[in-house]
Amino acid sequence: MKLPTAARLLRLATAGSVDDGKSSLVGRLLHDSRALLADQLAAVEKASRARGLTDRLDLSLFTDGLRAEREQGITIDVAYRYFATAERTFVLADTPGHVQYTRNTVTGMSTAQAAVILVDIRNGVVEQTRRHATVAALLGVPHIVLAVNKMDLVDFDEVVFKQVAADFTAYAGRLGVPDITAIPLSARHGDNVVDASARTPWYHGPTLLAHLEQLPVGRDPGTEALRYPVQYVVQAPGEGRSARWHTGQLASGVVRAGDAVIVLPAGHRTEVAAVEHLGRPVDAAFAPMSIAVLLADDIDVARGDLIVAAAAEQPTVTRQLDATVAWLADRPARAGDRVLVKHNTRTVRARLAEVRHRLAIDSLAHVPTDVLRLNDIGAVTLRLAGDVVTDPYADHRLTGSFLVIDEHDGTTLAAGLVGDPLAAQMERCRPA
Amino acid sequence: MSTLTLPHLDVLEAESAHILREVAAEFERPVLLFSGGKDSVLMLHLAGKAFLPGRVPFPVLHVDTGHNFPEVLEFRDRAVSAYDVRLIVASVQESIDAGRVRERADGTRNPLQTVTLLDAINEHRFDAVLGGGRRDEEKARAKERVFSLRDDFGQWDPRRQRPELWSLYNGRHRPGEHVRVFPLSNWTEIDVWEYLDRERIDLPEIYFAHRRRVFHRDGMWLAESPHITPRDGEVVTERTVRYRTVGDMSCTGAVESTATTFEEVVAEIAASTLTERGATRADDRLSEAAMEDRKREGYF
Repeated sequence: MKLPTAARLLRLATAGSVDDGKSSLVGRLLHDSRALLADQLAAVEKASRARGLTDRLDLSLFTDGLRAEREQGITIDVAYRYFATAERTFVLADTPGHVQYTRNTVTGMSTAQAAVILVDIRNGVVEQTRRHATVAALLGVPHIVLAVNKMDLVDFDEVVFKQVAADFTAYAGRLGVPDITAIPLSARHGDNVVDASARTPWYHGPTLLAHLEQLPVGRDPGTEALRYPVQYVVQAPGEGRSARWHTGQLASGVVRAGDAVIVLPAGHRTEVAAVEHLGRPVDAAFAPMSIAVLLADDIDVARGDLIVAAAAEQPTVTRQLDATVAWLADRPARAGDRVLVKHNTRTVRARLAEVRHRLAIDSLAHVPTDVLRLNDIGAVTLRLAGDVVTDPYADHRLTGSFLVIDEHDGTTLAAGLVGDPLAAQMERCRPA
Repeated sequence: MSTLTLPHLDVLEAESAHILREVAAEFERPVLLFSGGKDSVLMLHLAGKAFLPGRVPFPVLHVDTGHNFPEVLEFRDRAVSAYDVRLIVASVQESIDAGRVRERADGTRNPLQTVTLLDAINEHRFDAVLGGGRRDEEKARAKERVFSLRDDFGQWDPRRQRPELWSLYNGRHRPGEHVRVFPLSNWTEIDVWEYLDRERIDLPEIYFAHRRRVFHRDGMWLAESPHITPRDGEVVTERTVRYRTVGDMSCTGAVESTATTFEEVVAEIAASTLTERGATRADDRLSEAAMEDRKREGYF
């Protein structure tokens, strides 16, 4: 079956603990789907021989791109890989698994439609696994695949696999992840990665690649509320002040010429006079198109404003953010800190009014604290110097997310999610 | 109403336009690097579309090694006038004459471009430099952000990169620092060709098969030119070739090809067993970390 065109593109993130074989899995996926070309393979062969490997390729050497990574045999940074099959085009964010690099997992998951989390069958579900699942759930990744690796080291034992799969499904199920699938595989030997393994006759599910090719990840902007952040204003040459086109990328929904809209935070009501899709006049445009919009009235609209449909559910205009943050910097978060908040196309000064609690990864309990450190996930309140227009992250990924930035050196301090998306998801998935 | 779906190339196009507009909105003095290579042609085309019905709000910068394919220089001037943008040329020859850099023994000028580029960034006080680099090109590039901060010396520190979340790009920088921005990060070589074909975008003729006098070195066909001389035993013959990348004439190799149309080029790449850089760039073959080392020093 051919998928609709947009669903051909799948954004994927992988995560695993150290030594779970994640680089090997990614290398295997690329190798067996024939995304690696001869010169890349020759480089891996040469490097494998230099390490004394004569009988096989060390596929992890392909994904370790930086000198320090090859020298230390670890992965430091998120790497993006691209491969395509007859069914799909994949953008893969390969995120390292060290505890101190959890910020990379947050980065990779923020754009992912599916997450592949690796475990070593001999270790089963460990704290890092739960952390990766929690981050994926928090960031709203709808599909999680548990890749149970190194099956060859337990003689492809069905009982051990089922136990690990059950442990994980119990934890991820509590998080409210809508779709969880476990697959037994060996990245090193290629079992069930691209080609089905003869050594797991008891497993009747798809291989990892076949599963990823079939995931339903289409969205339907026709059913979404309009959210159009104004990014940049351009003036058509030779025309008067009225011909101000508001460019931007649709965050969600559909916009049509003639639509009644509201420009927030000011609340001006007007109509859409014309829509252009990168220079081509169109009657309607939908997310995630980048477009330009001409409004019927000459009102003051600038970068940072949000255009929404007058008839649809309205976002919140606020100077206070009650939010969940993943703290990504060495500098800890404390009440009173002065920061910048970048939300959509608007950046405002802010003060960290309160650190409310930290999330305990194992128990998912809220631990009272007044400080968040690197890799902590917690709840905070921010007071802003100007209005922002937000939705809960659980409802709108783009209008519900923001960055916390160090006002002095520009460092990205935290990923911010409006509201408590994890609680919202757990609530939504709880059986009635 | 049926489900609204945006084709893969339009998703990439929308993302690139978003990035280009973020740069125009958040920086005071952006510039777009333009070599006449297909990726920079694509980037300029996307910039042209992103700011319609207005004009591209920043100039383009050509770092001129002096070792150009003449066809590419002609093409550059045509493109600059078609998109109505201002061209700034930074010359490697002038850097050599001023004693800023020294000619290398092997004659290639690609690595020398870094000094010329950084000097131009300082002179014009550019705070954002748009480059056509793609993550599928090379493994050090696979780890680079869309917004990539450079220090006072133009250096890239892969261990101190900012996390990049959702489509929220952080362009904050201190005086003296600048940001390299890569709007084509998520495009693959095939995507670029399919899109160029779809949009009927003009490219330098050397991307398509033509007759040229070449000689064989390090597994590549190098063009006979005033900038490079065949060594003993290297025989010049006329062959039908095309280029997969465009760089300094002295280190960019051609591949034997009969592809004269976009469709034939796409078919050829799909069947190719070598990456574009592996096939045709001597500068990337210097060591396993050749690109990483050049990037750290401030290369594109």
